[in-house]
This record gives sequence, structure tokens and C-alpha cells, in this order.
Amino acid sequence: MAKFSIATVFIASISLLLALSNSFSLENPTDRRILVLVDDLALKSSHSIFFSSLQTRGFELDFKLSDDPKIALQRYGQYLYDGLILFSPTIERFGGSLDVAAILDFVDSGKDLIVAADASASDLIRNIAAECGVDFDEDSSAVVIDHGSYAVSGTEGDHTLIAADDFIQSDVLLGTTKIEAPVLFKGIGHSLNPANSLVLKVLSASPSAYSANPKSKLSSPPSLSGSSISLVSVVQARNNARVLFSGSLDLFSNKFFKSPVQKAGSSNKYAKSGNQQFVTELSKWVFHERGHLKAVNVRHHRVGETDEPAIYRINDDLEYLVEIYEWSGSSWEPYVANDVQIQFYMMSPYVLKTMSTDKKGLYHTSFKVPDVYGVFQFKVEYQRLGYTSLSLAKQIPVRPFRHNEYERFIPTAFPYYGASFSTMAAFFIFSFVYLYSK
Amino acid sequence: MPRLYVLTQTHTLSLSTAKVFSFVNLIDSKSLTKPHTLQVFRPPLMAVPVDTITKPTPASSTSTLRFAFGNVLAFFILLLIGVLAFSIRLFSVIKYESVIHEFDPYFNYRVTQFLTKNGIYDFWNWFDDRTWYPLGRVIGGTVYPGLTLTAGTIWKVLQSLNIPLSVETVCVFTAPVFSAFAAWATYLLTKEVKGTGAGLTAAVLLAMVPSYISRSVAGSYDNEAVAIFALIFTFYLYIKTLNTGSLFYATLNSISYFYMVCSWGGYTFIINLIPMHVLLCIVTGRYSSRLYIAYAPLVVLGTLLAALVPVVGFNAVMTSEHFASFLVFIVIHVVALAYYIKGILSPKMFKVAATLVVSVGLVVCCAVVAVLVAVVASSPTKGWSGRSLSLLDPTYASKYIPIIASVSEHQPPTWPSYFMDINVLAFLVPAGIIACFSPLSDASAFVILYLVMSVYFSGVMVRLMLVLAPAACIMSGIALSEAFDVFTRSIKFYISSLSESLQTDAGDIVSGNSASPQNDAIKTDKREDSLKERPSRKNKKKDKEIVEKPSVKSKIEKRPLVLPVEASFFALFLTVLLGAFYVVHSVWAAAEAYSAPSIVLTSHSHDGLHVFDDFREAYAWLSHNTEVDDKVASWWDYGYQTTAMANRTVIVDNNTWNNTHIATVGTAMSSPEKAAWEIFNSLDVKYVLVVFGGLVGYPSDDINKFLWMVRIGGGVFPHIKEPDYLRDGQYRIDSQATPTMLNSLMYKLSYFRFVETDGGKGYDRVRRTEIGKKYFKLTHFEEVFTTHHWMVRIYKLKPQKNRIRGKTKKSRSKSSSATPTSGTKKNPWH
Repeated sequence: MAKFSIATVFIASISLLLALSNSFSLENPTDRRILVLVDDLALKSSHSIFFSSLQTRGFELDFKLSDDPKIALQRYGQYLYDGLILFSPTIERFGGSLDVAAILDFVDSGKDLIVAADASASDLIRNIAAECGVDFDEDSSAVVIDHGSYAVSGTEGDHTLIAADDFIQSDVLLGTTKIEAPVLFKGIGHSLNPANSLVLKVLSASPSAYSANPKSKLSSPPSLSGSSISLVSVVQARNNARVLFSGSLDLFSNKFFKSPVQKAGSSNKYAKSGNQQFVTELSKWVFHERGHLKAVNVRHHRVGETDEPAIYRINDDLEYLVEIYEWSGSSWEPYVANDVQIQFYMMSPYVLKTMSTDKKGLYHTSFKVPDVYGVFQFKVEYQRLGYTSLSLAKQIPVRPFRHNEYERFIPTAFPYYGASFSTMAAFFIFSFVYLYSK
Repeated sequence: MPRLYVLTQTHTLSLSTAKVFSFVNLIDSKSLTKPHTLQVFRPPLMAVPVDTITKPTPASSTSTLRFAFGNVLAFFILLLIGVLAFSIRLFSVIKYESVIHEFDPYFNYRVTQFLTKNGIYDFWNWFDDRTWYPLGRVIGGTVYPGLTLTAGTIWKVLQSLNIPLSVETVCVFTAPVFSAFAAWATYLLTKEVKGTGAGLTAAVLLAMVPSYISRSVAGSYDNEAVAIFALIFTFYLYIKTLNTGSLFYATLNSISYFYMVCSWGGYTFIINLIPMHVLLCIVTGRYSSRLYIAYAPLVVLGTLLAALVPVVGFNAVMTSEHFASFLVFIVIHVVALAYYIKGILSPKMFKVAATLVVSVGLVVCCAVVAVLVAVVASSPTKGWSGRSLSLLDPTYASKYIPIIASVSEHQPPTWPSYFMDINVLAFLVPAGIIACFSPLSDASAFVILYLVMSVYFSGVMVRLMLVLAPAACIMSGIALSEAFDVFTRSIKFYISSLSESLQTDAGDIVSGNSASPQNDAIKTDKREDSLKERPSRKNKKKDKEIVEKPSVKSKIEKRPLVLPVEASFFALFLTVLLGAFYVVHSVWAAAEAYSAPSIVLTSHSHDGLHVFDDFREAYAWLSHNTEVDDKVASWWDYGYQTTAMANRTVIVDNNTWNNTHIATVGTAMSSPEKAAWEIFNSLDVKYVLVVFGGLVGYPSDDINKFLWMVRIGGGVFPHIKEPDYLRDGQYRIDSQATPTMLNSLMYKLSYFRFVETDGGKGYDRVRRTEIGKKYFKLTHFEEVFTTHHWMVRIYKLKPQKNRIRGKTKKSRSKSSSATPTSGTKKNPWH
């Protein structure tokens, strides 16, 4: 008996562990276990500040050489990791079962990815990027050169160390504290398709930047130039998986974190570059510590009632409520915004209303069902920069009046009632007189 | 013409003056069986048993007995006719199974299930959110509830009697039961027109007329199943009222008309045919108070009752289909008033009054007509519904409403289909018309009018062959029974003369006897004439006499038609042979042609019987493998079946009330994959179902219907153009087909992987050609299910891609930029 109960407890605890470890859930979207693939284990120490910042935030990092034959993302159909950091720009072929398809499947199942490339980026890395909509410069020897806003250093270099400060304007992505110091960047640039709505340019190059081989003379116009060059980009897939692409691995390095920075042509000198803040804040976003919304408790009912009906009637007054929370990294906080809209939708929105909030996460509104019957949907399509997309759709039919829900006597029709009843009476009298007179 | 005599002859007999009675008696004593049946089968117009009972004469006791015997016989014959009508329709159950047929019956079945489960009020107010997504359909207000209520009531009655039949069983057998009723109603109607014999013959013919069988085999649970009964019964009650002038029957007639309105949109046929007949009677000077009683209550009560049916509602007074009845209603009142005034005024005064009334009346009429014309002209379709317009102008639908023209049963029939559907009746009908003209009574005029109108309508729409069938049966029944009458009478006279010539003093008696009917006839006629001339305003029998009058009047100086006995025997033999052919054909039609449920198909080949149960396989797959709220798109033909059998929401169905919605689906089917995906996605469609017959040679598949999708789609969305799908005006799917055709969604969904079935040839057995484009991949759809014989193929819309690809060196095509594309990364087209 005792044995049995122990076994039960064991199984229960295992299942509990499994449940807990399945961390990318609605309840706890923050990643927990992260696989870090590096070309050289020396990276572990050269980028230790970044790694330790992750570890202090509660992530378990699993370092592996990228050609380690034992690499496996999943076992028995379950993913072993919630995030993947590829700090191995030169790798041509991963060890183990890992390949481009496996990494893309990893993303497509909602897991997060950080990819850092540099001047020696392999085709493998470029392919992964291209699959996500990020196109690294096709010229493999090209790096980003900026003669306008390079980072001032002791020696006059080839201006490939850039001090970039053209950040995306988003508190969700980069945190509420403004990044004062420019970010040091040394690596390759990439371009994005402007029509691609899923990918965001987080750090752009300055208008004077271009992408070329610094060692050779420029024979033709560079394929990438100006602020269309993206240095760091993020992708939020439709399933809300987040991916970070950086053209520079050094961006994450201790050296860059600590180095003082002065942008060419600017007198401001910063004792410390903006890299650490930039990378830390961005990694918080990538690993879902910020900008992750959930909508719960979607309810609707007629005004004055509490039960949710299976069907509405035209011209009913109804109330719609939804609670929206944002994940703060440790708990769900009420999400406060004034632009959450509800659509009452049948092929096109019949009602479009901004919902009011009680600042505790509850959004609600009430409106009258339009005078049209059909199968409607309550639709909340909330897509804001940096936030996971909220897309709620709830089908609800709207029926016309029942036969006994119309007014029985309409005042305007009283002449007709009078006419018909008087005719009936007259007919009766006439029949009586006709039959029984004489 | 001789038939005329026969009728009056027997009529005279039934009036039974003593002399006639003795004659009959004499014959009876000579040859017992033949005259009996002859007499019984041919009771004349007015010799209904009521007459004999109410007016007892010295002869009545024997003739009552004879009538009683005849009535019992007729009763059993009718019973057998009912059994015949019922059982000939069971081939479908025996050969296949007890299953609902085709398309519309599935909807009716679903509605009946709802009715039996939720009751009549919920049925009335039923808003169905599983069809016409996302518009939904107010079933209660858009369905003719007659059939459903009938079956629901039958089911309820059976339940209360503790007979636990399933709703489906009741539905399957409703049509055969009602065709028995229809046969009985035909008997009643024809009896009113031409007597019992014609009635029984017509009933037999109707019981197995192939045209009606095609709509009422067991499982064919459609409106027409009960509506034909209602139609005939309404006509019967109208004729009955016309013959009796009884308000009781007039009221019954209105109620029967109400049932017809409940059952079928074809009720407009009644409400136009009867006014036509009334008008005809008035114009030909046959106005009588009976006519008024037959017509006026029908219009008033009938219109009131019709307006109670939700689907008709105000249409009963608002649409042009009903205007004829109101117009004639006015006319009959004017005429009635004129007759009344004529009765109370002196002829001179009447002339004055007539001019006055005519002048005033003309002015009023002009005003009313002007208003009507103005009202009607203000509506774009002149107040007519599309289907009615296509009846008036047979080319209308094909010009303006492809959705009506696209239905095969709305096409004009071919000549062979007349032979197929009414067989020998087509040849008997003219004879029946002649028989109806001699004598022409109100009732027979009505039957002729009915026939003429229904012949016209059946020529416009093959579906309305169904309305022609009862008319043809009645006419043929009359013709056949008249023919039998003549032949058997000839034989009878021959036999009687033969037997009497055997007697010693034969000659005198025979000549005397054979002369007597004529004398009688003349004598009776004179009596009738005197009756007629007698002012009989208070006489209750007046109406009846007027009915008798035409039949009696025309038989003066007629001699009985006695054919040579050999000719009679031969003709009798040929007639019976004709009837036998009809029976053989009808049974064949019932067993082979019209019993297929079309949901299960069979084919005979050298290696035996093949059963194609692909439809149910596909619907079962849908119901087991998809979410309850998933939407399935298909061409509208399969909408009813999908909702009923798979219980999934459909976009369009066989109730083609919203042309735009159907055009949207047609456009999607005609569009290239990506555009189609966007259309379907905007309608929340998850699955697309196509019917494909190319593998097994099932000709009514979606590729053969495809041009209609193009036409209907193009009617609303002009970027779909029919010529784009035709190569030099020819519809083809082989290598000569246009690129638009080969890239259309319908082509792709039908022929996806088709080439794998026969090792690279891709031979389509319906179109008898190799398909044009054999190897292709689908980018926005994925095949999820294909049935055993490939008759139904179900595709799923692929979800939007999780990521949007950038441009890469290796990619073969640039990823489409502006709109997100779907498809997996394995897709070679990206």
C-alpha cells in the first residue's frame, strides 16, 4: 500500500514536473530552459555578462558546441528547451539531428530563438534568417561600414565599428528606460522586406552606412546602404514565437558591454556603451518577459442578465467583457490601454467599438445588436507593436423576432381593425335581416 | 360522338322509368354478369348513389342493390389501386435501402427531425445558423411546411399509438402513402367529370404513371410527394362544388387549397387555373350560381388562408401570380350582379341599366387597371418571381437568371422524356379530350383547360411534367373507359341479340327492346326540356338539372354505336395490350429508372454489381473528423446533404435564395488557388468539398457543372468571364483547355493527383479525354480525404504561414510580398 502511494506520488510529481517544465504555456509564457550553441566554448567567458544576466533572471542555460553530435532539441516528441541561442555564426553543419528544418520547426512550435551572425556568417545561419524574413547581405565578405557615425576609438580604423543609436520607438521592445548611449556594432547588415509585417527593425544603421568589403575598393554601388540596413531585427511569428537576429556577435560581448563609446561627430562621450541595456531589454522581450498578452474570461450577455445566451435576437442590448493581462516575467499584470476594440462581425463589422477598461484588466462595452440576423462573431483583433497578437473570435447567431415577439396591435392600424370589425358586424346584421325579415 | 350516347344512355337507365327498368331487368335475366359490371362501372354523371337513395322509385330497390354491389367492388378496386400505388414505389427500398434520396429530401428530413424534436412553434421560428453561413436562414419563414407537418403529424400519431417508427422511416414512406391518396383523389376528380369507370381507370393510370413515380418513390421525401395529392384533391373539390353548388364543399376546397399552399410553390398553378376556368365559363355563357359558390369562397378564404403560411404571407395579395384570381373575382361579381338585375328588371329596363352600368363599369375598370399597371410596372420584375417569369417566357431564365437555368429540372424537356414519363398516355390524351367535348360540361371543360395549361408548362420546365401527369391520367382514363364502354357494349348487344335469337320468338322482342332505349332517351329529354323551361327559382334541384341538361340535350337523335363484334374484340384486345405495355413500362421505370436514391449509386458491369457509396463515406468522414463548427464549402447542390448527413455548416445550399452568396462560391471555384483561398478564408471556410466523377464515370460531377459556376459567379463578379474558360466556344479540360480553366480551383481540386490513378495517363472517363494539366501541386489547399471511388474529394484550407520568408539566393520564386502567403516550407512553388 505504502509502495503504491509512493509510486502514485512519484508519478504525480513527475507529471507535475512535466507540467511545470512545459513552460511556454498560457499560465507561464516565460522561457525557462535555453540551449546555447557556440562555436567555441571561450565564448562562454567572453560573453559572460550577457549569459549571467539571463541566469540571474532564472533561465537555465545549456551550453553546447554547435557541432556536438549529441545536440537534440527534442526527445520523444517533447522539446527539451524553450529557447535557443545560436552564437555560432561560422557553423556549416550542426552536430546531431539539428538542421535548418529542425530549428524552423522549433520556432513554428512557438519557441524562441536568438541568432547572432558576424562577418564570417555561414550559409546555414543565412538560411535560417532568410526563412524568417531577414536577408543578410549576400556578399559574404561585406560588413557594415559607416564613415559618418562610427565609434571613435584610439586608432583610425576602417570604420566598421559602428555606434548606432537609431532604435525602434517601443517601450515594449526596449524597456521604459531610454537607452542613452549608442550601441556598438561590428558585423554584417541585413535588409527586410518592408511588406513583411512580422519582422521589425530594432536597430537601424545611420543614413551614411553601407555594406561592403572594407578591404577592397568599392567598384559598384553597395547592395545595401543607408538606414534601410538593419543591424538588429526581431521577428514575431504568427504563433507569437519570437526571434532575434543580430548581424554582430560582438554586440553581446563583455568587451562591447564595457567599452566606452563616442559617436563620431558627437562630443558626447559615454563611459559605457548602450549594449548591455539594449541586449538585456531585448532579450527580455524575446524570452517573453514582456509584451505577452493573454485574454481570458471572455463573456457576453444581455444587459441585465448574467448568463451567456446561445443566440441573440436582433435589437437585443448586450454586454461584452474580456480580461486582458500582460506577463511581467513573474506574474500576470493587468494590461491597460485605451485602444482595445470589439467588432460585431458578419463578413464586415456591423459594430466597431472601443472598449472601456477598469484599469484592472477588465475591458467591457455594451451595444445594441444590429437589425440584421445571421451568424455574427465577437471579434477582438488586437495587434500592437511588440505585443503578442490577440485574436479572439467567438461565433454567435442572431435570430429575427419570433412570431409572437411582434406587437400585436399597432396604433396606426386601428382604422383597419375598425374597418374589419365593422364589416363583420354589418355582415352579420345584414344576414340576419335578409334571412328573417318578411 | 358515340361515346356521348353511351353516357346518356346509361343516364336514362338510372333515371329508371319503369320501362327502362324492365329493359334492364330483361337483360339482367339473360346475361347476368356483364351488364352488372357495365352498369356499375358507368354510372352517369348524376346517377350518384345519393340520387337513387333520395329519390326512390319503383326500380330503386334492385338498382340500389346493384349500386351497392358496384360500390363495394369499386371500393375494393380502389383499395387495390392504393396498394398498387404504394407498392410500386417500394422498389427503391427493396433494391437499395430505406434511405432518403437526393438533395432536397435531406433538407426536408432534417426539418422534420427538428420539428419532431422541438415542436411546431420552434419550427416556425427556427433560425438555422448552420446553412448559408454567415447569413443563416430563417427556415420557418422560408419553407413550405406542408410536407414536414404532414410527416411530423404521422410520426406523432404513430408514436401515440405506440408504434415506434423512426422519423426517417416515416419520411421515407410518406411519398408512397400520399401517392395512394393521390390515386384516390384522381378517382374522385375523374368520377365527378365522367363517372366511376373513368375514375377507376384514371386512378389506376395515376397510381403508376412514371412521371409521378419519379417524384414519389419511397425515400423521395419532397414537397411534390404530398403536393400532387393536394393539387388533385383541390381540383376535385372545386369540381364537386361546381357540380353541387354546396358551400360545404367550397369551404373544404379552400382548406384543401390551404394545404396545397402549405405544401408546394406550385399552388400558383391552382390559383391561376381556376380563375381561367371561371372566366372561360363566364365567356361561354355558363355562368351559374354554382360557379359563383365554387369560386368566390375559394378566393376569399383561400387567399386569407394562404396569407397565413409564413413563406407566402403578403405575397398572396402582392405578387402578380395572384392577380388573375382577383381580377376574375371582380368579373364574376359584375356578372353575378348583371344576372341578378336581369332577373328583376324587365328586358327593356335591363337594357337601359346595362348601358349605364357598362359605361360606369368601364371607367372604374380602366381606373383599377391603370392603378394595377402602375403598381406592377414599378417593380423591376413586373411583380413576377423569376420562376414564374421563366414560365411565361421560356427564354427568360437562360437570359437573366443563370441560377434557375442551371438546374437540370428547370430545362425544357426533350421529346423522349414525354414518352418516358407518360408513355402511352401521350397517345390517349387526344381521345380523352374528344370524350370530354361530348358533352362539354363545366367539369370536363375544366379538365381540358387543366390539360392544356399543364402541357404548356411541362414544355417549359421538365419538372412540371409532374403537373401534366395527373391531367394526362385523367384524360387517358376517360378515353380508355369510353373505349371499353363502346367495345363491351357492342359485345354485350351482340351476346344479348345472340341469346335472344336462340329463343323462338326472338326477332320481335329484340327489335322492340333495342328500340326502347332510344324512345326513352327522347322521352326523358323532353321531360328535361320541360323542366328546364319551367321557372324554377325556388327549386332546390335546379342546379342539378342544369348540370344534367347539357349531357341530356345532346343525345337527341343519337343512335347507339354498336361496332361489329369482331372489331370490338380486336379493339378490346389492342386496348388491353396498350394498357399492358403501359404497365410494363411503368414497372420498368419504377424499378430501374427512378428508384436510384442518387446518394448511393450502382452500376452493372461484366464482373457484377458495383455499389458507389462515396457520398455517405465523405459525409461520415466530415462528421467524424472535423470540428462541429467547421464550415464546409461546396457547390450548392451538396449543401442540404452536408448539413443533414455531416452536420456541418455550409456556405450555400439548395435553397438558392441568395444569388450573391452562391456567386461568391462560384467565383471562388472559378478563381486561381490564391484568390479562392482568400475568398474562402473570408467566409471562415475550413474545408472544400468537390464531387468528381472522372475516375468512375459519374457524369453529374462538379466539372460538368463548372460552367454554371462560372456563369453564376460572373453574373455578380464581372472579372469572371465565361469565354476565358472556353476554347473556341468549347468547354474542354484536355490539353487544349485555356490556362484560366486549368488554373481554376475547380480543375485543380478535381484533378489533383488524378494522374496517379492510371499510371500517368490521366484519362477522364466522363469527358472521355486525357486531362490537360496532369502534374501540379496545391499551394493553399491540402487534400485531406478522397473517397473510395474518388467521387468526393475534401480539401482543407492551409493556415496562413507562421513566418514570412525573405528572399534567398536559392529560392526559385520570389516570395510574394504584399500579402502573406500560406503553404509550408516544403512547397516547391515558393
